[in-house]
Amino acid sequence: MHPAFSVIFLTTLLGVGQGMFIALVFVQLLTTAGIVQTELTPEFFAYGTGVVLVFVGLALFASFFHLGHPERAMRTVTQWKTSWLSREVIALPAFGVGALLYGVIHFFSWDFILLETEDMLVQFSLVIGLLGIGLSITLWICTGMIYACIKFLQEWATPLTVVNFIMLGMASGYTAATVYASFVKPEMVQFFAWSAILFTVLAAITRISALIRNLRIKPKSTPTTAIGIRHKKIVQKSQGAMGGSYNTREYFHGKSDGFISLIKWGFLVLTFVVPVIFLILGMAETAMIALIIAAAVQYVGLLAERWYFFADSNHPQNIYYQGV
Amino acid sequence: MTQLALIIDLNVCVGCSACVTSCKEWNTSGEAGPMTDFNAFGKDPTGTFFNRVQTFEVGEYPDTETIHFPKSCLHCEEPPCVPVCPTGASYKRAEDGIVLVDYDKCVGCKYCSWACPYGAREIDESQKVMKKCTLCVDRIYDTSLPEDRRKPACVLACPTSARIFGDVHDENSEASRLIREEGGYQLMPEWGTKPANHYLPRKKQKINLESNDLKRVDNPLKGENFTKPGADDATLEDASWI
Repeated sequence: MHPAFSVIFLTTLLGVGQGMFIALVFVQLLTTAGIVQTELTPEFFAYGTGVVLVFVGLALFASFFHLGHPERAMRTVTQWKTSWLSREVIALPAFGVGALLYGVIHFFSWDFILLETEDMLVQFSLVIGLLGIGLSITLWICTGMIYACIKFLQEWATPLTVVNFIMLGMASGYTAATVYASFVKPEMVQFFAWSAILFTVLAAITRISALIRNLRIKPKSTPTTAIGIRHKKIVQKSQGAMGGSYNTREYFHGKSDGFISLIKWGFLVLTFVVPVIFLILGMAETAMIALIIAAAVQYVGLLAERWYFFADSNHPQNIYYQGV
Repeated sequence: MTQLALIIDLNVCVGCSACVTSCKEWNTSGEAGPMTDFNAFGKDPTGTFFNRVQTFEVGEYPDTETIHFPKSCLHCEEPPCVPVCPTGASYKRAEDGIVLVDYDKCVGCKYCSWACPYGAREIDESQKVMKKCTLCVDRIYDTSLPEDRRKPACVLACPTSARIFGDVHDENSEASRLIREEGGYQLMPEWGTKPANHYLPRKKQKINLESNDLKRVDNPLKGENFTKPGADDATLEDASWI
């Protein structure tokens, strides 16, 4: 497939936002449960959610560039019964509203104690936050299923697609949260950075699993099934257009094998290896700059990862567009 | 239930592309707006087409065969492009099984084209909506046309009658008969899309000749070579000597 930058930015920015939101709510859950002892102010959560909303807003902005008729975007919520894309369009603002509510409650100090037990005070904001986590995971499932549900794109038609969207989002979200903490709450850098390293390693495992799986794919469609003629040697002589068509532009990345290989190794190093090194460095010295480098490099790696995700998938229609 | 479709006879298609130009002419002139071309006379001409004729070479020289292969939307009975559409612009008509795009609802997200394994959908770069073969839905029900002209433009244009239009759910239709009797098959059956369009395979015309078909051993025209059989050689097949 031809990677579209609108979708690459949409999915990666959303992933960072969703992951960072989960990081914030989860740390509130841990402080409520008394596992994390650091005192965290409502401002910490409010401004953090503000950063999350910036990521979500940028993602939403990027998504419009993918549409031929953005003014009809409202129509895309109608087919939620059958279309994962429609479900994503509903889940995205739902998550955004959930995150906004969570941020607003903290910002205006509207929080109140919902439940009081012997050793913990459960706040209203935490419940909203947990609902937001649910919406965030729902959104990831919708995003992943957009790709995983197309069964003949065999590189995508695996549960690993959804798992990778979640794991890569968590990894980048926690890295972003680490940078945020280094600005406003340096005591929390250790916690977020170790979490970021954990999720980066987990994401590396699931993403590499998908790469290995995809190496072994045997295409179900062949020239024989495509044109229905039983012969091993079928060569295309013309495709009905000499100057290219939508079919040649949309489904081929048009890059050399060397470039594809470079992007693959590039994203493996930039998304997983370099950020872990800089997170460890940044943690040891509490050096903000190292953490910023970790987050920036990881995001660039994610752009390459998403580019590769699209370029790596081989659409069966390409059998009809092999030669002029 | 009706399922209109095209049957494409690869046995007689000569790859003249009359169906392509006829389709483009009809559909670019309609109410739905033009199928715009870009650089039509320039370096990299491109444009939207509902139907294209491709050519494949099968086999290794000198034992090769050229296959002209017209390809348009197959109007699948289980169209994978329909459920994925977020706006409902892509739909399959219940009354005749034609898969259509509502250009007024299409948001141009291209997702339906990703979900079509045949590459039958193309985005129109000027209207920014997804387009595909409509089976000339604006022709086939037009009562102002004579009845025998109420067929898709490509079918009417084909000089070798390689395209047959009909209801593949009506077992008495010509289309169904051809699928049944001439071995009509579907493209990429492995994805369960059940394309309504079928293709008829190429068939080599063969005559079985025995050696005695070429040189008759008892040619009655060659009387000079005729020898009267003996009493024991009597044959019932040729009693002309009596």
